[in-house]
Parts: sequence; structure tokens; C-alpha cells
Amino acid sequence: MDSALIPKGANRCPFPVFATGIAVVGVVLLWGVYAMGLCWIKGLNQTNMNDYYGFALWIWADLAVIAIGGGAFFTGLLKYVLGIDELKNIINLAVVIGFICYSSALLILAIDIGQPLRGWFIFWHANVHSMLTEVAFCLSLYFSVLTIEFIPLILENRQVDKVPFFHNLSHNMHTAMAVFAATGAFLSCFHQGSLGGVAGVLYGRPFAFREGLLIWPWTFFLFTWSAAAYGPCFTLLVAKMVEGITRKKLIKDNVIHLLAKISGWMITTYIVAKIIDTIYWIAVTAPSLGFSVMDFYTDNAFYGIWILFAEIVLGGIVPAVILITKKYRENSKMLLLAIILGVLGVCLNRWVMVLQVMAVPVMSFDTWALYIPSWQEVATTILPVAYGIILLALAYRYLPMFPQEKELSTEK
Amino acid sequence: MTQQNHGNAHKFGMVIDLDKCTGCGSCMVACMSENNVPFKEDESNKKDSITWMRVYKLTNGKSFPDTDVCYLPRPCMHCGGKGDHGHSPCVSVCPATATDYDYGTGIVSQIYTRCFGCRYCMGACPYHARFFNWWDPKWPEGMEEYLSPDVSPRMRGVVEKCSFCFHRYQAAKDKAYLEERDTVAEEEYQTACTQACPSGAITFGDLNNPDHAVHQLVNPDPHHCGRPRNPKAFRLLERLETNPKVYYISEREWVRKAGDNYLDGEWEKAKMKKTKGHE
Repeated sequence: MDSALIPKGANRCPFPVFATGIAVVGVVLLWGVYAMGLCWIKGLNQTNMNDYYGFALWIWADLAVIAIGGGAFFTGLLKYVLGIDELKNIINLAVVIGFICYSSALLILAIDIGQPLRGWFIFWHANVHSMLTEVAFCLSLYFSVLTIEFIPLILENRQVDKVPFFHNLSHNMHTAMAVFAATGAFLSCFHQGSLGGVAGVLYGRPFAFREGLLIWPWTFFLFTWSAAAYGPCFTLLVAKMVEGITRKKLIKDNVIHLLAKISGWMITTYIVAKIIDTIYWIAVTAPSLGFSVMDFYTDNAFYGIWILFAEIVLGGIVPAVILITKKYRENSKMLLLAIILGVLGVCLNRWVMVLQVMAVPVMSFDTWALYIPSWQEVATTILPVAYGIILLALAYRYLPMFPQEKELSTEK
Repeated sequence: MTQQNHGNAHKFGMVIDLDKCTGCGSCMVACMSENNVPFKEDESNKKDSITWMRVYKLTNGKSFPDTDVCYLPRPCMHCGGKGDHGHSPCVSVCPATATDYDYGTGIVSQIYTRCFGCRYCMGACPYHARFFNWWDPKWPEGMEEYLSPDVSPRMRGVVEKCSFCFHRYQAAKDKAYLEERDTVAEEEYQTACTQACPSGAITFGDLNNPDHAVHQLVNPDPHHCGRPRNPKAFRLLERLETNPKVYYISEREWVRKAGDNYLDGEWEKAKMKKTKGHE
């Protein structure tokens, strides 16, 4: 039915099967759209947020998708700026994932603000001292860069490519891609960092507050580094999922192992920095404000010291060791374990830096505040996931996303 | 007014004598009435109800007969921020400049028509002095007639907080201008909670003016961002360097200790240091 749109030489499932899959995910998407509509029409009273939890599930989701979407800027930097050519076989996937993650993040922000029609005030009345202003500017600009990076891939669709103008445009955009990749990496360093700064500058919140360099708290650098380190883990995880669902080998192992190795060393250096930061925070920052570390992990029903262990050991040290060790990295099960742990680890870090920050009491007579999201919050958080699956499925079906697909299918 | 001349400016602040506060809640009621603060039909969930002034109940944790209770009214602290330069925790983070520090008065304002409801300021405030309008304000029929015409009601989706009844300052300045006076007298600008407190626990005025009662009560140290020199006075979470303009006074040691966080043994050292400093 749609065979004229499918890349030449690629095998895809019959259209009715594809359409059924899209329809099932579409139902979830509609559920999210309904919840989003409720939040926009009736207001944020549809959520379980409150004056203690001004930042909640959505902001975590926002930070998490931006972190795991970091594979786009980092892989782009490696491929186009540092010239690691093998990565051309996974860069398209990284860009599509990045596009999905960043468009989702912008959508979440549009739902999260109390007066969505005033969202542009962040640009118009910009407060240059606010980390959130930096986030808004860099995020929007980087999304534009991602769109520019995505366009050549769309233009490579079999039918679109037949139009000489689009064919030439796509070719010329490819030649200029290093400029966009460098711009993307520059912008990403700032918005990933400023998202870390959002928590780190809160000097009224000893759990989040960190000293730093000039105007940037250490969390600024840690967030940028962790996004570059863990972003490729998510790219690899999605690649494995697509390969699993389509039952096809789409990327050669040497490419997978190369990106896994780079990610492993990035995680290793990040986790060392994170451990140093944590030790300094435990030994110096928190005590200087009257808190011992266990004040942040006791007297409540959920946040125990286990969360710090899970983040640093299970989500940091374990994937780092697996990914930097050739023997483990080249074992497909160990590799899968490492990238799953890595993705969970960075998401847990973002959870801690948003939700636990809100939960910890600061005044001596205040109490811990725990919160359970409403179904509307859950649905609107799942909405981007459904949207991402649909967009990825469409991109896989109609665009030449995996340059090695044909070769690998022939080998088979 | 710019930052450069704020040394000559006013610095309005509040002193609350916790030993006089009975926890009656008059300050809360007066505040809500004065500032058109909306309320819900069901106010049982205190985490999403708006109370610009909230009275906390503190206990010394001891059992009868040694139990002691303290009621602690908590308005917005109008923090001067680190170094008292006006970079309050909330002002410095607001992305749209919807909350601002007035160097002429030391008051932290909230511009409701500019706030787009990101709630970052709420996350930044350790005192929980900021509130989000989760609902549109609704008053029982006929009650609109009782709303103050001097304070704009807030719409759903924006943050609000105590303004130190800034509209009263504007009215007092207007009156002084009409009477061709340069200054506003102490009694001309008083907040609603101050006037409503039946036990006289709340005092309000200019901390920079030695003739004002607030200055005399706490004797703020200008070389240490206004830290109180009165050993019985304290500010909430002093160690965070938020530099609030709301001071508390209590003769009771456990109450003063509850004003901040201390590691084991630190309070004793802090107490000795403070006592020595005032000898």
C-alpha cells in the first residue's frame, strides 16, 4: 500500500500490521492529549502538585528526556566535529531521538506552566540571572538546530528525494552539518548545564545547593557531562529495541561497541566527578548550613540512603565498569544491562535533583512532603513516550535511518 | 531607585515577639481580608491553600509537664539575599522578572500580570512563603463587595505572596505628597497583620531608621547584612544567608534554636559566640 514510500531495498512489515501498531499507541497518545487538554482548560488543579511540590513529575520528565536525548548533540559532536566517521551509521537515529526528546520537553513545559499563553514572557521579560531563562533560550535554539539536522533525513525519503530541489538541498545541508553539529554541541552544553544550575543555585535548599565556578554551580557541569555520558546509552538502548521489534540487525557491532566504549569512559569520568561532588557536599556544604547527610535520607517513608547508592553505584559505577571493559561490552547481555542501568541512573539523578529537593524540609519545624502524581500528570508524561514511538516508527518505515541496514540484510 | 543608593533607602521589616503570640490567627485573617486572598470551600489540605501569613505551631518535644508551645507567624521574609544585595532566593531565579527586589524599600514584589506560573520561585523559597493559584479565585455571593479596591485579585496560574501590604505604603506616600511632606511617618505605614495582632506581638517599620521600634527591638548590624545584635532575636534560617527582614524575638532558648538547623553541639557554640559578641 505504501511501498512507494519505503526506502529501496528495505523490508518492512505489511501496512495493516504497521497501522494497527500505530493505532494502539495512538490510543495512549489520545489519552495523554485528553489529559493535556484538561490541564490547559481547567488548570493545574488537575494535578496533585501543591505549594510544596511546585516542581514535580513533569519537570523530572523534562529533565530526564533532555538528559537521555543528549545522545544527539554528543554523537553529532563526535561524528561531525571530532571526525569519528563510523558513527555516521547511528547518527540519524541519535538525531531522531534527540528531536523526539526535545520536542517532548518543550511540550511538557507548555503544559507545566500556569499561564501557557504567557510562555513567551520568558523571552520578552528575560531575567538574565535566572538559570531557567538560559534553559529557555538554549533549549529553543537547540531544538531549531535539531530540526535542521532532521530535515536532510526527511528529504532522503524515496519520493521526496526524486524532486531535484530537495535532493540538492539535502546534499548541501549534509555538507554544512558540521557547523550545525558544533552549534548544537555549544547550545547543549549550556542548556544541559543550566538545567543542572536550576537546582544547584537554590541556596535556600541545602539538599540542592552546590558551590561552583563563577556563576555556575558544580551541578551545571555535572549535568552537561552526564547528558553527554548517558545520552549515547539511550541511543544504544533504542537501537537495541528497534532491532528487537523489527527482528533485524540494523547497526554493525563495531559501531555499537565504539559508542558504548565512548559512553563508558564518559560515565567513568562523570561518576568520579559526581563522587567528589557528593563527598564535598556531605563533608562541607551541608554541614556549613546545619545539615548532616542523614537529615536528607531519614524520617520519611521513601527517600532513604538507598537512592544515593542506586544512583552512584548501580546507575554509575556498574555501567561504567561494564562499558569500559572490552570483554563485558562485547557481551550482548552485559551491554544491554549496562545501557539500561545507565539510562535509569541518569533518570534517577534527575529525579533526585527535582523531586527530592522539594521533599526535604528546610525549616527545623517543617516536615517532609511526599506526593503522588494524579492520573492527568501520568497521562501527560506518557504522552511524549507515545508520540516518540509513533514518530520513530514513521521515521524507521519511511526514511533511510540506518545506512547499514541493506548491507546487513544482504549478509543475512 | 538603583542599587547604588540603597544605603540611604528604607528597609522595611518586621519583628515578631513569639512570647507574646497566642496563635489566635488574627494576623492570618486580617491578611487575607486586606489582600483579597482567595480561599477554597475545603481548606483541609494546607499544602495547596493560600496563606500569605501562616502561623506554625512549634513544640519543644517534651512531655507533660515540661511541654512548651510556641506559635510562629510566617509572612514572606522579603529576603535581601546573599550579601543583602537584593538577590533573594526567589528574585534571582524568576525567569521573567515577575518578582523583583525594590532597593528603595527592601520589599520583594510580585507582578501578577507578568508571572506565567513556572513556580521556580516557590521551589527556591525555603520558607514556603509563596503560593500558586491552583484555582481561579471564587468568593461567596456578595463577598465581592467586600474586596479591597487597592489590591488586585490574582488569576489562576500565577504565584502570589505577602507584599508587606505595599499598597498601604503607596497610600501613605500619596498622603504625604498631598500634604507636601517628604517622609512617611512610622505609624502611617503599618501592615494589616501588625494592626490586627491583639497582643501586640508584631512590630513593623524601617529597619534603617534608628527611631523606629523595629530597629530598637533587634538592633540590626549593618556590617553583617542586618543580623540582629539583640541576643534574644533571630531570623529564620540565618545560616542560609537569605537575610530576611522578618525577625523573631523570644526569651526561650529552644524557640531560638528552632529558628535554624544545627549539627550536634553546634547550638551551644553558637550561643556562646553570640553571648560573647554582646558582652
